[in-house]
Amino acid sequence: MTLVSPTVRPVAIASDRKPVLEIRNLSVDYGYDDNAVHALQDVSLTLHAGEVLGLAGESGSGKSTLAYAATRLLPPPGVITGGEVVFTSSRDGHGGDLLRMSDAELRAQRWRDTAIVFQGAMNSLNPVYTIGKQLIDGIAAHSPRGQKEAAKRRALELLDMVGIPKDRLSSYPHQLSGGMRQRVMIAMALALEPEVVIMDEPTTALDVVMQRQIVEQVMSLKNDLGFSVIFITHDVSLLLELADRIAIMYGGNIVEDASAREVYREPRHPYTAGLLHSFPPLHGPRRELRGIPGSPPDLMHLPTGCNFHPRCPFAFDACKTIEPALGPTRFEAEEPHRSVACLLHDPAVAPGPVPVELGVRPTETSPLIKESSTS
Amino acid sequence: MKFLLRRVGFYLFTAWAAITLNFFIPRMLPGDPVQSLINKYQGRLSTDAINSLRVLFGLNTHTTLWQDYLTYWSNLFHGDFGISFTYFPTPVADVIAQSLPWTLMLVGISTIIGFVLGTLAGVGLGWRRGTWMDGLLPVANFFSAIPYFWLGLIAIAIFGVAIPLFPASGGYDAGLIPSFSGDFIGSAIYHAALPALTIVVSSVAGWILSMRNMMVTVSSEDYVTVAQAKGLPERRVMFGYAARNAVLPSISGFALSLGFIVGGTLVTEMVFSYPGIGYVLFQAIGSKDYPLMQGVFLIITLSVLVANMAADFVYAFLDPRTRQEG
Repeated sequence: MTLVSPTVRPVAIASDRKPVLEIRNLSVDYGYDDNAVHALQDVSLTLHAGEVLGLAGESGSGKSTLAYAATRLLPPPGVITGGEVVFTSSRDGHGGDLLRMSDAELRAQRWRDTAIVFQGAMNSLNPVYTIGKQLIDGIAAHSPRGQKEAAKRRALELLDMVGIPKDRLSSYPHQLSGGMRQRVMIAMALALEPEVVIMDEPTTALDVVMQRQIVEQVMSLKNDLGFSVIFITHDVSLLLELADRIAIMYGGNIVEDASAREVYREPRHPYTAGLLHSFPPLHGPRRELRGIPGSPPDLMHLPTGCNFHPRCPFAFDACKTIEPALGPTRFEAEEPHRSVACLLHDPAVAPGPVPVELGVRPTETSPLIKESSTS
Repeated sequence: MKFLLRRVGFYLFTAWAAITLNFFIPRMLPGDPVQSLINKYQGRLSTDAINSLRVLFGLNTHTTLWQDYLTYWSNLFHGDFGISFTYFPTPVADVIAQSLPWTLMLVGISTIIGFVLGTLAGVGLGWRRGTWMDGLLPVANFFSAIPYFWLGLIAIAIFGVAIPLFPASGGYDAGLIPSFSGDFIGSAIYHAALPALTIVVSSVAGWILSMRNMMVTVSSEDYVTVAQAKGLPERRVMFGYAARNAVLPSISGFALSLGFIVGGTLVTEMVFSYPGIGYVLFQAIGSKDYPLMQGVFLIITLSVLVANMAADFVYAFLDPRTRQEG
């Protein structure tokens, strides 16, 4: 008698899912002159309906910049220098390029289609307004005039949904704990039933117990309401657990884009492999934590060629001159949906076969990360 | 409610301390009012007159300080501040009652105009920082950097003398009798225009600068970004989220400046010979008119306290974090 383990998530196959948010060749600079920092370079990423897409990377890798640029909330001196961000509703097909919308169209689209939960639960709420007022004004801005009563009912419903007593509607933010504030933010983000919710390190300022509660709540709400999530964090272990797909960012580029299970078991990029060796596994034999030598790149002085080559244990000569593009892996035939930006996967320049750490065949079990087979 | 009572109690105590100091300090000064009247008339007072003055000022009876203190309080409650030497024999209360409205109207209104204009301009400049509008800042700073008496004199020289658009001095046309007639009010407004303008010009830059800088700080707060992300109308984000929080420090500054309306206008009223309380104080100091000085100082102290109390309550109303509960 064999039972399929219920924890195994089906691998998301890109082709049978409808894209809701397509980021194409997005480039962002900080600064206006020749000394501008290129924070994002030609980043492309697609979020599908109902998917949880994790965005991971070290500080300064461009994760948050990507989220702010894709919603046109980038504070000055950030400038979007190119690309497009296309939203397509999976419900009625409306949408368009957010970067080319007029201000009025953009305001109408915001919150209704894409909502954001920011890091810093402490500062996301206006300290001088009650949380009720802040929930209601967002709803009222997107509904016809004179619907105050309906907006208030909706606000009460939302508080109930995230497990906050209804009498808290007239509380001020400073009267709530950090966890409650972040729940209020989540309730606020879901007020208009958006199709895309971007979460920028939503649990960073909270303790681990609260983190767990908030993440579980978001996931169960996602299952009930069916929105898609872009979850930005530096906590790869958290993403491995909750994301369907993970995009790894390094120095303003996406270096690997694969399903969560693939990232964990079969990393293809040396940086991804390094990240996985930066935290201990909960199961399996003890292994040495290696971390990644060196420090994140200075965006003012990016290295030539591949951004990661000064820290890469597998770097070879071509890495210093050729900039790798996000493309198929060496095992394209077996895993056509995966992509990686590494010259080791480019047969034209790679000096030999893919190193064993990065070349675990799909379906094989990693020799490094053996799963404990307790049952 | 408990918060309000506690604040009121605190201000009552401060007022008591101020009034008590106001009683003791002049009594520690050497000399007495009769002596100063003798000086004023350069000894041309007969002994009888001096004796009757002593009786009039109550200097013939020998009371203790404590009794004086109690009398002082009972007089205060009856609105009796004594008799002015300068305007002898007009009671101090009458002198103050005549001059206070002029100061309150002129300086009060121009301080409020300066605050409102400066704060609104600061909101706009802070919201659209980095545009051509930043060029207005040095201009406003230039005017606030000019010493006030100089600005007033230049204004009189240009708009009162060279191009006589406005009267150069006084509070109303000398030919009119103070009353609530249209002529008189028109004349009063006409005479107040130039001093009011100079007060607004010299104070507006400070409000612009502090508001603009707070706007820049607050605009980068997460809740402003959240408000933008919620798709709220821009005016709502600008006023309801950014300016609403940025104005809080300016409110306390404004309350302090309201407190100094009564006392801080000496220069304006001297330059423009304006019949306000600052001018009266100036004359009282010049002629060692202690009862008048004491009365003016008391009014100044009380107005600072009242303004502070108002600021406390407005602040508690505007910022829920300062309300103490329980």
